[in-house]
Amino acid sequence: MTDQRVIPVKHVPPPPPASPTVGMIRTLGLVSAICGLIIVSAYQSTYDAVAANKRIATERAVFKVIPAAKSIVEYAALPNGGIQKLGAGDTATPSGAVGFFAAYDEHGRLAGIAAEGGAKGYADTVRIMFGYSPACQCVVGFGVVAMRETPGIGDKIIKDREFLANFAALDVKLTADLSALANEVMAVKHGTKSNPWQIDAIAGATITSRAVGRAINDAAQALLPRLVPKLEILQKAQKS
Amino acid sequence: MSATVTWDEFTEGIWRQNPVFVMVLGLCPMLAVTVSAVNAMTMGLATMFVLVCSSALVSLMRKMVPKEVRIATYIVIIATFVTVVDYLIQAVSLELYEALGAFIQLIVVNCIILGRAEAHASKNPPLPAMINALGMSIGFFIGLFALGSVREILGAGTLFGVSLFGSGFQPWVIMVLPPGGFFVLGGWLLFFSWMGRRKQRKQTEKLAGVSGHA
Repeated sequence: MTDQRVIPVKHVPPPPPASPTVGMIRTLGLVSAICGLIIVSAYQSTYDAVAANKRIATERAVFKVIPAAKSIVEYAALPNGGIQKLGAGDTATPSGAVGFFAAYDEHGRLAGIAAEGGAKGYADTVRIMFGYSPACQCVVGFGVVAMRETPGIGDKIIKDREFLANFAALDVKLTADLSALANEVMAVKHGTKSNPWQIDAIAGATITSRAVGRAINDAAQALLPRLVPKLEILQKAQKS
Repeated sequence: MSATVTWDEFTEGIWRQNPVFVMVLGLCPMLAVTVSAVNAMTMGLATMFVLVCSSALVSLMRKMVPKEVRIATYIVIIATFVTVVDYLIQAVSLELYEALGAFIQLIVVNCIILGRAEAHASKNPPLPAMINALGMSIGFFIGLFALGSVREILGAGTLFGVSLFGSGFQPWVIMVLPPGGFFVLGGWLLFFSWMGRRKQRKQTEKLAGVSGHA
């Protein structure tokens, strides 16, 4: 032990390979900088086109559920009972508020209200849009915004004529004090529809049909009690 | 390593090492998005863009990337181009974007791309790397299109949305469902392996014929 200390070390172990830490950090830093630059420029250059596409998609969905519509204005129904117009730049509705679209015909008269709703279907959330007509207090149009239902079964809700006939005048009247829907909108078994607020389900696609019923019910329940007292304002809004 | 670009480097991915029919790679997006020819083509083009661009960048940086962080570097580069493609598709068509769903983002983990970065681009100069990546992605594109077109024709009776058989045709719905993807892929794999066998048999017969004459 002791004499080992006095013997000079002749065999120097090879120095450990230079730590690549600096190299690694430099490389990763450089890569991140280049990639960040690429992503930002791609985002900037596609921003307008993406925003325009989103607007067109929304407009198309609204025009589909309210065929008489020529222009739309986006609103949010606030929890305190007020309504607020949303500009083109606003992407999110204020918290607790329910977004909807007021659609106006070519003479600037209120043609109807369009709103989105969603409920769990067979595969995923079925997101729908419906048109509400203040005149008859009923749903007059229906469209699917997004869904992943089984092709050939659940996706019949887009095209099935009998099913779509449910939305010619689906009753969504409010109670006398305007606090809630008078009747719960719901899908019933195929062929058993007996009331104007019921949806005749597609045979074999009951789960998806029920999801549509629930989506309309929940959205109408949340929106209409706030919206109906304010319809006057909306009717005037476009003229002024 | 010479910078010469061989024809073989380009065609390798299209035929001899076709990512779908020979290497059987990247099957997740393959089976999921090929319900229609348009979806399949968009996915093919998106993958092509990511593969070629990331190969170019990986190849340019190949000498300065320490091997400890190479996978991290490749993933960051690939993810960058996937993000770019994501924005581009949103700008072109939101419907297409909805139809492809999460599979655009999932190109990041497509093994064909990481495989090319690791096996080819990191060892070759940019030009051959890009040519090879282009060939490989054309191979993938062909694979996607082969599946997408067959599934759309049988499952919906249309091709590119144009009705082929008139209203009397009853679509084979199963073809646009997940099992249909496996059926069609199985059919194509069968076809390609039959082709391979036949070629091999002909070659052996030819060889036997030559030696017989000699």
